[in-house]
Amino acid sequence: MNRWQIRRLLLAVVVLGFGSVGWGAEVSADGPSAAALVESLETNLNVVWTCVAAFLVFFMQAGFAMVEAGFTRAKNAVNIVMKNLMDFSIGTLAFFLLGYGLMFGETNGLFGTTDFLVRGVLGSAEHWDYTFLIFQTVFAGTAATIVSGAMAGRTKFRGYLCYSVFICALIYPVFGSWAWGGLLHGGGWLERLGFVDFAGSTVVHSIGGWLALAGAIVLGPRIGKYGPDGKARAIPGHNITLAALGVFILWFGWFGFNPGSTTAGNGEIGRVAVTTNLSAAAGAVLAMVISWMLFRKPDASMSLNGALAGLVAITAGCYTVTPVGAMLIGAVAGVLVVVSVVFVDRVLKVDDPVGAVSVHGVCGAFGTLACGLFNAEAALGIGQASTGLFYGGGVRQLGVQLAGVGAGFAWAFVLGLVLFVAIKKTVGLRASAEEEVKGLDIGEHGMEAYAGFQVFTTQ
Amino acid sequence: MRLVIAYIQPERLNDVKQALYKAKVHKMSVTNALGCGQQMGYHESYRGVDMEVNLLKKVRLEIAVNETYVQPTIDAIVAGAKTGQIGDGKIFVVALERCVRIRTGEEGHEAIG
Repeated sequence: MNRWQIRRLLLAVVVLGFGSVGWGAEVSADGPSAAALVESLETNLNVVWTCVAAFLVFFMQAGFAMVEAGFTRAKNAVNIVMKNLMDFSIGTLAFFLLGYGLMFGETNGLFGTTDFLVRGVLGSAEHWDYTFLIFQTVFAGTAATIVSGAMAGRTKFRGYLCYSVFICALIYPVFGSWAWGGLLHGGGWLERLGFVDFAGSTVVHSIGGWLALAGAIVLGPRIGKYGPDGKARAIPGHNITLAALGVFILWFGWFGFNPGSTTAGNGEIGRVAVTTNLSAAAGAVLAMVISWMLFRKPDASMSLNGALAGLVAITAGCYTVTPVGAMLIGAVAGVLVVVSVVFVDRVLKVDDPVGAVSVHGVCGAFGTLACGLFNAEAALGIGQASTGLFYGGGVRQLGVQLAGVGAGFAWAFVLGLVLFVAIKKTVGLRASAEEEVKGLDIGEHGMEAYAGFQVFTTQ
Repeated sequence: MRLVIAYIQPERLNDVKQALYKAKVHKMSVTNALGCGQQMGYHESYRGVDMEVNLLKKVRLEIAVNETYVQPTIDAIVAGAKTGQIGDGKIFVVALERCVRIRTGEEGHEAIG
């Protein structure tokens, strides 16, 4: 039997099945049932793809954990792993209980007011609300876990747990409702303006990045990071191979992050995957080249950060830019991240062990602004709504993007400062000097990551 | 010729090195060591079971010096490593019989430098 004969047989069985339930009057020919079947298949395909993409984005948690562990010292490895485990776990619960409703519930203009605990979806045959929830939960978890990198090596575990609640319950969802609320029942002022952020360069990454900046500023640098003359000292990561594994896992998971945001099972997945990959590759190459030029040797950690920078930057425009545009965006992000890391380290004198502020905050903002330049819907044949400056759309989109980036910075950074100062004054944010020198693993968790190995640090 | 052996806290190493440079002592050997003395150990726990860790991390310095440099070296190490708390460490001075520079074959006082 060939494929078409099988389909006809299946259709006949289905029609007979429908007929037996009492649809006799409706069913005349194959017409209406065929259309309903196709639609049902499409919906289920969308669900499958969205779920698979959500699982890929969940795997990015492992990527973040490995990057952060690799770029920090061995004596803090247990602590960094615990922070990563908990910010996702607590974040999941907080987002389910409060955040999801604030982000996607029917809005009062500023935030959502329904859909807490995903109410009212019992018995939904499509189960879209649950699929949407799991997809959005892992996105919220991504935003939350960015901050643990910038605050590594000196943050009290208790303080970090408090923060985890607030980001996924409040800070992330409210901004998300402004930009993405309309994806479900809500609506926000940013999306009404025409703000484009397809998979979350600002909504996820910049929010996380600016919160990370706030946290790192309130915390202060690690002991020994800046000499008595204020000069930055290197505190090398203990396992660059782990960090590289983490970056590869993140790159892999990003194929769920960006293409998954189409939430539809069709050819757009491939196109978005291409733009994503091109940007990541360009970012890695340019970061390597720049670090080679500036530091005389191609720096592995900078190149890894460059790949991530490319990924973060394309996250906003992966659906609306051309492949060439994606390459250019990634290339600029690769250069930008190297410059930004040096700037934050030496000029701002903010200790950021993994470059989270530069990769996520700065490159997220750049990627979002880049939409205002590189959006090319007309060239791609998908409409004209938000075409950017380089493709004949004028500066309007750029202005809207700027508004979104500015709002994201103001919201996350200011609230972050308030939150971390509040935590500092209540449960305490920074670990004691003795604990920090000995290693947070012993003080906070009473165990070592590398028991049986002698981990010596003289810094 | 004497060999000055010092056990210090690992985090004091930088300060000790700076103090030694100031005393014009530039050559030394540094190794990682585990040790215990009057300083108590600490507790770890793993899956509900307690462990007592008694050997603590230390850094061992070995500096070969001529007679005139012995006291300045000791003073420098003490200046860099002292915190006033138990666990600061100890310094041993042993007599050094011979010293040979491998590259040139010099011996004795010139070899120590």
